[in-house]
Amino acid sequence: MSTNKTVRMSANDVRVFYGDKEAIKGVSVDIMENEVIAFIGPSGCGKSTFLRCLNRMNDTIEGCRVEGEITLDGNNIYDSRMDPVLLRARVGMVFQRPNPFPKSIYENVAYGPRIHGLASSKRDLDEIVEVSLSKAGLWDEVKDRLMEPGTGLSGGQQQRLCIARTIAVSPEVILMDEPCSALDPIATATVEELIEELSSQFSIAIVTHSMQQAARVSNRTAYFHLGKLIEVGDTDEVFTKPKNELTEAYITGRFG
Amino acid sequence: MPIGRLSSAEVEARVVRSLKKRHIKEKAFRAVGLSGVVTGLVLVLILFTSILSRGLPAFWQATFELDVYFNPEIIRIDPRPTQTSGESSGDFRERELAWLTQVNMVNWNRLLEDSVIAAAPEAAAMARRDVRRLITSGERFQLREMVAENPSIIGETRRLRLLADANVDVWLRGNIDRSLPDAQQQLSRATRDLADKLFEEGIIKIRFSQALFMNPDSRSSLASAGLAGAFVGSLFMMLIVMFLAVPVGVASAIYLEEFAPKNKLTDLIEVNINNLAAVPSIVFGLLGAAIFINTFNLPMSTPIVGGLVLSLMTLPTVIIATRSALKAVPPSIRQAALGVGASRVQTVFGHVLPLAIPGILTGAILGVAQALGETAPLLLIGMNAFVTNIASTPFEQSAALPVQIYLWQGNELRNFFEARTSAAIIVLLALMISLNAFAIWLRKKFERRW
Ligand SMILES: Nc1ncnc2c1ncn2[C@@H]1O[C@H](COP(=O)(O)OP(=O)(O)OP(=O)(O)O)[C@@H](O)[C@H]1O
Ligand SMILES: [Mg+2]
Repeated sequence: MSTNKTVRMSANDVRVFYGDKEAIKGVSVDIMENEVIAFIGPSGCGKSTFLRCLNRMNDTIEGCRVEGEITLDGNNIYDSRMDPVLLRARVGMVFQRPNPFPKSIYENVAYGPRIHGLASSKRDLDEIVEVSLSKAGLWDEVKDRLMEPGTGLSGGQQQRLCIARTIAVSPEVILMDEPCSALDPIATATVEELIEELSSQFSIAIVTHSMQQAARVSNRTAYFHLGKLIEVGDTDEVFTKPKNELTEAYITGRFG
Repeated sequence: MPIGRLSSAEVEARVVRSLKKRHIKEKAFRAVGLSGVVTGLVLVLILFTSILSRGLPAFWQATFELDVYFNPEIIRIDPRPTQTSGESSGDFRERELAWLTQVNMVNWNRLLEDSVIAAAPEAAAMARRDVRRLITSGERFQLREMVAENPSIIGETRRLRLLADANVDVWLRGNIDRSLPDAQQQLSRATRDLADKLFEEGIIKIRFSQALFMNPDSRSSLASAGLAGAFVGSLFMMLIVMFLAVPVGVASAIYLEEFAPKNKLTDLIEVNINNLAAVPSIVFGLLGAAIFINTFNLPMSTPIVGGLVLSLMTLPTVIIATRSALKAVPPSIRQAALGVGASRVQTVFGHVLPLAIPGILTGAILGVAQALGETAPLLLIGMNAFVTNIASTPFEQSAALPVQIYLWQGNELRNFFEARTSAAIIVLLALMISLNAFAIWLRKKFERRW
């Protein structure tokens, strides 16, 4: 089903080094338009590292070096003409651990739209904040305390706040690094619904440790092992008849 | 389920056994820490009580309240010249100067002596100079200024507050052994007796000493020596450090920490900054003398040079404090801001800096306070010069508080200047404590705990 879609982002023989240590060893994968792709694999296999390449967050890590080519709509994002600020506005990211700004809930969500000049009036901005928070399933819980600090929320609420913050700038691609690892099942369901909804507009790459989640939300699944991409394909196929025995071992729970 | 070769009971027994040792260690550490704190507190307490008990008395000093008759017989001067029509202002100025010289020549001491005699008739029988010794020599200028300003008071009587001589102050307050023989006393017997009598009659009283706060240093009239010159000098230097070292230091630290590429050159700079912070302050004095005075020809003994030298000295401290404050901001905040597409500058100024401000302020103000108390580099740029005026710009010669303390400490009239020295220390400490209080207030203001 993904074959007839257009390619949004494409990674070509990407290698990532932390100092001398090679953490990603030649990964090539495409991210299609309007699809959800799940990255799975055992802890430490490089899922977060690869995800960070896609919006150049690795640039901010000292000693981290990226080789290979990654394109967004055909343009190399590591090209010197590509402004990482613009790239990150187009490719948003939700981090593994919730990291709200030490500012009010409202400010957290309004910050992105404000710096990019997305709202032309206070009313516009209010609307963006409300829509983003509703989509992240947080609006009802925080609508009466928008001016309270975002860091005063519970861990799960903070993570949903971070999701709201990311979608507030309407990125084209959203990278999510285990967005539900701190959430209870109900909040997880909300986020999964959100992912489903967002996938009609955006491309989403999600890292998850939950097979069920990968199966529920993703169109395609990529299995990483020790820095290598072992297998990528339609989620149904990867889970029912994996081609590689490493994949099979992982999803049947023999290791990982 | 036991892991390893030990049974559950054995595991528990071992933990219990080691627990005792751990508790003892913890208690011992607490005791050491607590005794350290207590020792520190006691020492600070001793320091403060000794300085306060010595210095506070100097805030008051023996002062006359005398009726001074501006006797026209003694003040024989022409009327103050006024500019006649057709006279050039140069000519007028010349006449005015001539008149001021006349005012200068008046025997003001006689006026003071007569006033004392009027208050205590038996002084008429004493030698004039024994009477004159009672009032500190600088006070005659007070009379001169009054007349120069307003000649119409000639012939009138005014009630004036006049500082007693430093030795009179020492004598009246028992700061010299009263039983010492005449030869070892600073004042003649007649002067001492007269001082006692005037004190009894309430003509000399121990009053709050404005001179200490309003006057510059003095050597000819020791009782009028004050801190104002040194205070103003230190204030100028403090302002220069605040407005030079702090912004430059903070800006360099932000650049080095957030923007500079990490390479050999920045490593070298970092090492050098850390080394500079450890350079003895006197070296900065030498450097300042060489650069600012010899090369740039800035005037010696001035707060501008002092401020520049102290800024150089404070710079590494500010940079190091700022960098560690920036480092303490969790990286997740930076990632969050960059992740939504904030630029480096937006990330730093919008998110990182606000969180680092309390730490930066603390470091900066500690640096300024340290600079304020620094003496050694000031000696090398001539700020130990004896300066009797209060600087009105940083380019005028000036004293400085820590150097003033040093100079007063060495004054020969120990009995008088011991208290004055401690008083100067109190003023310096008060300045530092208010600076620190300001830092704490600022930190509280910027510290948002969320
Ligand atoms: N900042 C870093 N500096 C050095 N090595 C790193 C850094 N971040 C990750 N690594 C290494 O790179 C490898 C991949 O790490 P990564 O965080 O991408 O794994 P992951 O698949 O996301 O694991 P998890 O599922 O536990 O989050 C690991 O071996 C890790 O030790
Ligand atoms: Mg990870």
